[in-house]
Amino acid sequence: MSGDRARLAEARVVVVGAGPSGLTAATALRRAGVGTVTVVEREQHAGGVPRHTDHLGFGMRDLHRVLRGPAYAARLAEAADASGVDVRCASTVVEVGGDHVTLADGTRIDADAVVLATGVRERPRSARLVPGDRPGGVLTTGAVQQLTALHHRDVGTRAVIVGAEHVSFSAIWSLRHGGCRTVAMVTPLLRHQTYAPLRWLTAGLRRVPVHTGRTVVEIVGRPRVRAVRLDDGTELACDTVVFTGEWVPVNELVRRAGATMVPVSRAPATTSGFHTSVTGLFAIGNLVHPAETADVCALDGRHAAESITAWLTGRRWPDAPAPIAIDDPDGAIAWAAHTSRGVTVRSASFGAGMLELLAPDGTVLGRSRRRRLVPNRAVVVGSASAAADGWAPATGATGATGATGAATVVALRRRG
Amino acid sequence: MVTPATGATGASTSTAGPTYDVAVVGGGVVGCAVARALSHHRLSVLLLEARQDLGAGTSKANTAILHTGFDATPGSVESRLVARGWHLLRAYAPTAGISIEDTGAVLVAWDDEQAAALPALQRKAEANGYAHARVIDAAEVRELEPHLGPGVTGGMVVPDEHIIDPWTTPLAFAHDALANGATIETSFDVATVDVGREITELVATDGRARRARFVVNAAGLQGDRLHRAVGLDGFTIRPRRGELIVFDELARPLLRRTILPVPTSHTKGVLVAPTVFGNVMLGPTADDIDDREATGSTAAGLAALREKGRRILPALLDEEVTAVYAGLRAATEHSDYQLGTHPDLRYVVLGGIRSTGLTASMSLAEEALSMLAEAGLELEQRAEVVTVRRTPLGERDVRPYRSGGRIVCHCEHVTEEEILTACSEPLPATDVDGLRRRTRALTGRCQGFSCWAEITALTGWDPAR
Repeated sequence: MSGDRARLAEARVVVVGAGPSGLTAATALRRAGVGTVTVVEREQHAGGVPRHTDHLGFGMRDLHRVLRGPAYAARLAEAADASGVDVRCASTVVEVGGDHVTLADGTRIDADAVVLATGVRERPRSARLVPGDRPGGVLTTGAVQQLTALHHRDVGTRAVIVGAEHVSFSAIWSLRHGGCRTVAMVTPLLRHQTYAPLRWLTAGLRRVPVHTGRTVVEIVGRPRVRAVRLDDGTELACDTVVFTGEWVPVNELVRRAGATMVPVSRAPATTSGFHTSVTGLFAIGNLVHPAETADVCALDGRHAAESITAWLTGRRWPDAPAPIAIDDPDGAIAWAAHTSRGVTVRSASFGAGMLELLAPDGTVLGRSRRRRLVPNRAVVVGSASAAADGWAPATGATGATGATGAATVVALRRRG
Repeated sequence: MVTPATGATGASTSTAGPTYDVAVVGGGVVGCAVARALSHHRLSVLLLEARQDLGAGTSKANTAILHTGFDATPGSVESRLVARGWHLLRAYAPTAGISIEDTGAVLVAWDDEQAAALPALQRKAEANGYAHARVIDAAEVRELEPHLGPGVTGGMVVPDEHIIDPWTTPLAFAHDALANGATIETSFDVATVDVGREITELVATDGRARRARFVVNAAGLQGDRLHRAVGLDGFTIRPRRGELIVFDELARPLLRRTILPVPTSHTKGVLVAPTVFGNVMLGPTADDIDDREATGSTAAGLAALREKGRRILPALLDEEVTAVYAGLRAATEHSDYQLGTHPDLRYVVLGGIRSTGLTASMSLAEEALSMLAEAGLELEQRAEVVTVRRTPLGERDVRPYRSGGRIVCHCEHVTEEEILTACSEPLPATDVDGLRRRTRALTGRCQGFSCWAEITALTGWDPAR
């Protein structure tokens, strides 16, 4: 053990991204005795998305308290500082491997392990191929939050929100901070996808109509947006359109590093210990599962610290992680990914059924408690301790089942 | 100096100011090239642009190819000027900070009819004075571009059909002209032209007036209207709308060169081209429309592009889209450029310049100068000409972020200093679109998710415009 301790003390880990998962991983690594832990963050301040998510609901699972986003971000940053993490803000990583990162100015930082915690962004209007004019006033929730919470700017006066998942409803709040009333929400799905209380607190209280089963087929106006047109011909007058959700991992670095990717989620495939297919390269947080709440991401970081320290001391890398296989002939399951609390699953449509998590040999490792499937909403199956892919942190290698590239399976059982 | 829009001013003649030797109407890539060429002579030059920025019309929304002119109509004015323009622009670009990537192109045939058309295309290239096009078989096409979809029947390489930065080109010309003494006014939308015995007066829609001895019409989509305002006739613009989809930089490894369609009598193909900014472009569609401002994209156009793109480069469709836009080309009832000089009116027209205008911009400027000379303008070279170099925007260029500036736009690695410079340079960005074209900021995959708030703070712009 003292040999392990010495190895950890000599080791260097670079974490890319100072959001909840990256900061929490860095703090946990320092507390586990890793000598040098550097977090590289491209923004001016550490904290990630919660910095500009100015509402309650942060920190429940990881810190066991309820905080607003900015307070939560500050707390994670302080914890990292206090544990001796070297946080470098306003510093951009342009390339990574399992043993180094390269910064924008060409500086190379060698490392014994690299942890990618680059997070997610919302899919903007252009990537959704929404036709029409290209006026000003077309934004994402991320931009609205930063404008209102960080820069105290006003946005428009009448907004249409595209999307009806959790973040879409929280966008109503952010817009209000910017002096903007939400006049309608539009989702192509047949129902909204958030929890009833959140819907009631936001859209319900303000009597915002949710146009379900509808798509925006045209954006009208120049130089400023004047209206959106729906596929049923409805024209909604507005001066602001907010495209919400449809989370896309910030995956450029991990893809360029050559990691195996999960097709639908566009996230890197990982083991339950967050190893990617590139030796020495870990991926955590919403980069891996777009998107979970901040506390789930933070717990990824804490959980990953175990497999990272095992790698630093044992130097054994699991066989190439493959995307979690989906056993669902109807295509209702969009994707599945490991999180700190088990495997999270996303469905492509509304439905019902029991989800099972199976080992490559068919052993049932866990079953979901929920039977309702809602798109854009997490269903968790199994648990972090059920080493679904044979990855066992205690031994620092693939376990007795010897998962050799064979995939864990998520199966949808509609009966029984 | 630049005179920003000041709104309506008083009576026309009282605000006409000095009489310029030449007024160039139209601040697209052609007009800017003409103004630059004129400014290198001992002349007073005025460039007028109707929009609030230069290069903001047809010039900004094209396929950004430096054409060899291999497929032009042999013997046409366009054929001659594109071939000459290729050489002029290629020589000028590195001195001005205009990025060019030597990618070359390959025409890809997808059926027997298209493959059969290739030898004639090679002969056409030769008739256009371009000798390096070469017909190749399907196996060789596949070797050149391994990511092409199934069904390739043959191809033709065009090794000198390169890609160029279309945004910097007009801005480089304009800043060069400005540095050499030209006057540039934006938001000056010419409404009427009064050709006098010695002086022509141009009056804007807001009543402002400017005077010049000679006038060059480089008004692009409005070229026919200006032509009629001068009292002439001969061509009518019917805009051809081209919709384009731009894919994320992660798509760039899917191709090495521009993949061109084989033109046939009844099919209008689309191309897939890398861009100097590191993206991949799919398009354009070609719809003849009546509205000269209809630069919106359409569901039908985007669906058609995706269908064609899926056949050409199947993996492309799995990548994220960073931009969708539509450009209008100044098509006329004629197939060739409409150039003309009218000595009696001291007027030169450069009309009907379509997508090849970027490549031909500098040769069109040469042409304009010789036509002006024919019309009686004295051209005397300045003893000293100032050269202006912009910071190149190309992904292959060494960009400012590499020397340590603070990055604001993370997708495109644009620094704070670049954004501030773009807003304070002699011909500054006044809106988001202008900033995009000067810096690449906000053109990436996140479309402002990460940086829009910061950019509005830096520029002081209204976040919702």
